[in-house]
Amino acid sequence: MKRQTALIAAILAAAIGGAALAQQSVATLRGGTPLADNADPMVIPKVVNTDLRQVRNYPEQPPLIPHKIDGYQIDLNANKCLTCHSREAIEISQAPMVSITHFMSRDNQFLASVTPRRYFCNQCHVAQTEARPLVENGFVDIDSVLEYVKNQQGGSD
Amino acid sequence: MLGFLRRTWGAVRRPSVHYSLGFLTMGGFVMGVVFWGGFNTALELTNTETFCTGCHEMRDNVFVELQPTIHYSNRSGVRATCPDCHVPHEWTNKIARKMQASKEVWGKIFGTINTREKFLEKRLELAQHEWARLEANDSLECRNCHSAESMDITRQSTRAAEAHERFLFTGEKTCISCHKGIAHQLPDLGQASLMAAPEAVAELSGYLDQ
Repeated sequence: MKRQTALIAAILAAAIGGAALAQQSVATLRGGTPLADNADPMVIPKVVNTDLRQVRNYPEQPPLIPHKIDGYQIDLNANKCLTCHSREAIEISQAPMVSITHFMSRDNQFLASVTPRRYFCNQCHVAQTEARPLVENGFVDIDSVLEYVKNQQGGSD
Repeated sequence: MLGFLRRTWGAVRRPSVHYSLGFLTMGGFVMGVVFWGGFNTALELTNTETFCTGCHEMRDNVFVELQPTIHYSNRSGVRATCPDCHVPHEWTNKIARKMQASKEVWGKIFGTINTREKFLEKRLELAQHEWARLEANDSLECRNCHSAESMDITRQSTRAAEAHERFLFTGEKTCISCHKGIAHQLPDLGQASLMAAPEAVAELSGYLDQ
């Protein structure tokens, strides 16, 4: 009985030690900072402000915002984006108009203005920063896939 | 009453019996300095952010909203205080605005916007007053710092440069036409178009009722 208890204790100790070791080697976004300390924050990256439209990575990707949107108010009272991108404003602003799909309610009815479900622009549309991705991204768009398949089949389509 | 006025007028007209001309002129000069200085000092005292945010109406509503904006915190640390934008800097206009502001004292005393709800309800009207004022004086308070002549549009983003070239430099629009709600939150603009044209609304609702 005594021997058995000692054995269990030894196994437990080994398991805990092993877990601790494993924990140290796991790669996390925290880096090597101990739990009780705060890591040095990264420098806030600059927002891309080129005003050049960027290509969509896939057909239904919400277009990216190529400019700064600091302090843009989008709430019950006002929508700063629509002061340029609304149907009425684009003649003055020459900005791309909000897509007509955004006027369609969930019952497939086209309304006179942007529907509430599409009102909060930056739920889908985001500005870009010059930050390096934290995790490598292996995304390949459909054109590259088709190109690859074509090459695999020896140039015949 | 008439007797009192007549006696006062008589005293003012008659030459002084007890005081010398030197005393009266010097005394008048010194008292002039004191009163004029006092008046201006008091006026300037009401022209500070500390004074504006002394009341909770300003401190808890608009001042809080100003703080995250670029006019309060920014890279160079130059900032605008309340009177920089809301009170004309030139003396005559300043006095005119200060006299208008007596209405605001009335509002303070009778608690026109002494709760958040009252403030939100009145916010559109208050904002429209400010917008109308800045439209009328060609955004004078903006231009006290942001002069169009010193604006180097090559250092702006393409979008900003184009907009300024088309609308600002041609005088077609003034700063406030586009830059509403940069220092405070915007009021409920859904109501604004309705308030702007009550007769159009009446006409439309008449049509809809048919």
